[in-house]
Amino acid sequence: MEKKIIATTSLAGCFGCHMSVLDIDERILDLIELVEFNKSPVDDIKTFTKPVDIGIIEGGCCNSENVEVLRSFRKNCKILISLGECAIMGGLPALRNGIPIEECLNEAYINGPTVGLNTQHILPNDDELPMLLDKVYPCHEIVKIDYYLPGCPPRADLIWDALVALITGSKLDLPYEVIKFD
Amino acid sequence: MKDRIIEIINKYNGDSARLMDILHDIQAISGYVDKATIAILADKLNLSAAQIKETVSFYHFYSDKPLAKVNIYLNDSVTANMNGRKEVLNAFEEACGIKIGGVTTDGNIGLFSTSCIGMNDQEPAAIINDKVFTCLTPYRAKQIINGLKQGQQVEELMVEACGDGNNALPVINAMVYNNIRRKGALLNHDYPLFTVIKDILPNTSAEEIIDIVSESNIRGRGGAGFPSGLKWKFGSRAKGEHRYIICNADEGEPGTFKDRVLLTEYPEMVFEGMVTAGYAVGADVGLLYLRYEYKYLLAYLNGVLENMRKINYLGQSIAGIVDFDFDIRIQLGAGAYICGEESALIESLEGKRGEPRDKPPFPVEKGYLNLPTVVNNVETLATVVKIIKNGAAWYNQLGNKDSVGTKLLSISGDCRFPGIFEVEWGLKISDILDMCGADEVQAIQVGGPSGALIGEKDFKRELSYSDLPTGGSMIVFNKNRDLLTEVVLNFMNFFIEESCGTCSTCRNMPYVLRGKLLKVINGRGVKTDIEDMVNWANLLKVSRCGLGQTAANPIVSSIRNFRHLYDALVQKEIEYDSGFSLEASVLESCKAVRRQPLFHHNA
Repeated sequence: MEKKIIATTSLAGCFGCHMSVLDIDERILDLIELVEFNKSPVDDIKTFTKPVDIGIIEGGCCNSENVEVLRSFRKNCKILISLGECAIMGGLPALRNGIPIEECLNEAYINGPTVGLNTQHILPNDDELPMLLDKVYPCHEIVKIDYYLPGCPPRADLIWDALVALITGSKLDLPYEVIKFD
Repeated sequence: MKDRIIEIINKYNGDSARLMDILHDIQAISGYVDKATIAILADKLNLSAAQIKETVSFYHFYSDKPLAKVNIYLNDSVTANMNGRKEVLNAFEEACGIKIGGVTTDGNIGLFSTSCIGMNDQEPAAIINDKVFTCLTPYRAKQIINGLKQGQQVEELMVEACGDGNNALPVINAMVYNNIRRKGALLNHDYPLFTVIKDILPNTSAEEIIDIVSESNIRGRGGAGFPSGLKWKFGSRAKGEHRYIICNADEGEPGTFKDRVLLTEYPEMVFEGMVTAGYAVGADVGLLYLRYEYKYLLAYLNGVLENMRKINYLGQSIAGIVDFDFDIRIQLGAGAYICGEESALIESLEGKRGEPRDKPPFPVEKGYLNLPTVVNNVETLATVVKIIKNGAAWYNQLGNKDSVGTKLLSISGDCRFPGIFEVEWGLKISDILDMCGADEVQAIQVGGPSGALIGEKDFKRELSYSDLPTGGSMIVFNKNRDLLTEVVLNFMNFFIEESCGTCSTCRNMPYVLRGKLLKVINGRGVKTDIEDMVNWANLLKVSRCGLGQTAANPIVSSIRNFRHLYDALVQKEIEYDSGFSLEASVLESCKAVRRQPLFHHNA
């Protein structure tokens, strides 16, 4: 069987979901037999070099760069998976949703108790910086997402089982405990 | 001020369950409930400040901030909008120089939006300092504001003539019309008032009364349709030191106004129904929960109760029946649709936020103050009186096999004769449309927003609990109406506004569904959006109460019956469109940091 090509990225996430991918432990050796990684922090390939079968997205979108990366994933990947709470619902970064963005920026760069050196009261505005979105968006509110793997982070077993099912075309067994969290 | 607050608390014997009344009294003096007041209340009522704040913040008509001297609450129901609310609102805004939700700088006039106020047959309507203003026009709006600016009192600005019937009584003095269009078994004036209390109860046992109600097969007229006789039987058997009868007059389902008319014209029968229920169930206290929007009826209704006390139809040993003591108190609500749900209503009666309780236990076992409580609709109680008088067999002749008796319909919208129609169950929708003078009908909303939006193919269906149940609300829409924007969107806004927020499903999903609906309306929808709405709506069924469970009905039933409207709006050439715009979403932050948006369109 030809190896499937996988790409991964972390947008507005904490890399915890990527850590959870590594938590599949020695099964990563089996995984390497099944897949080849393309653009991904795992192998540090920065740009897509070939068409990808499965794109795995950690984190939601909080700025314009996230949106552009996500859109490029949609363009280059046949299947996209939202991995984890932030990709699926915005997660912790989305706590800023509902607070006017100017208030957030002022708190972070001007008024906050840890702000010491910004004597000129500058809000970051260099053209090189990504532009903040009005709120943090889950990935499916930007592009079409094919599958969702919940959790914070999703358990390694869930990631493993889902990938194997997707790659081998077998049915994924999702017991209640795996998707029920509260 | 502190002394006056303590005076008010003492008036209600420091009873924390009377918090609603206490807050009403405080607002009447100071216009709002401030922090200092909350601290005093918490201290004297032995509650936490958070508990008081919970109640204050829950209801539309309490405020923790100063309001204006004159506060205008303009109804935002579907029919108000169909009848020119927008123009009236513009006129108000222009004349006051403020936007809706604001208060003029001199603090004299406040302009606010509110959910359906039960005047669907005379829209657009507003409540101005507790007075109802109906059939508003832009001209009237300007006239009212100009009058207020010149120092006229709100009462002076009401029109010269009052409404019909008892609305014209000095104690009511309202410009509201009853619009009774068709009378039947309930509304016919063939019942000598208090016959049941005077002649029947003294010679009939409680069990016999319950048997008559059971045999009549009457079901609850609020909408849910629980057999009333059975409810009374459960209530009479439940164990508790006291039992309570509650009359649910929190008529909040947009489009219904029948209870308003019953309470205006037939209050004695409603109260007599409560006394009868009290006798049958063995209760000693009756509570009528009156929605705040009907406050203009309060003094009148209290007068009726006072008269009943004078002739011993309330009080001790009523009508000479030894040991039958029963009295009725009216509890004024404070503006919350959810309080029409019986357990939420009970919470509200206890002075708390109107959040539905988990069931079981049902109120018949653990209701008001955790004691057995029978909650009946206004219409049910008034009807029961006639059933007791005329017998179960008489009532069984009316209606059809599945649904016995008559139903008061509140008909509004695009028809020549909006108003109250009493019909027998089993009537066809097409006959109802003929009856109210509706032509060129595109759709009719049966049972309010939580009911169903049906079209022509269903006009042959009959009103009945098994086919088309209804609490009485019928809103007609003609062929010129844009059902999705004018109707479905309005109803979704309503559910979002009125959710109590307890269940995450009801707090979030209607919001998500409205987003999808707007996406479709704005031309960004795709076919899967329609399927998503139908599928996601199922999640709401796990909500605790009927509001949550039915909050998706406007969307689901319009997709079921008017799918072509959705299909016409969605994009055909593409399969997916999230509706997201990068350009629009960065505008706010770029403005905040003062930079020009810059896009890499090759991405």
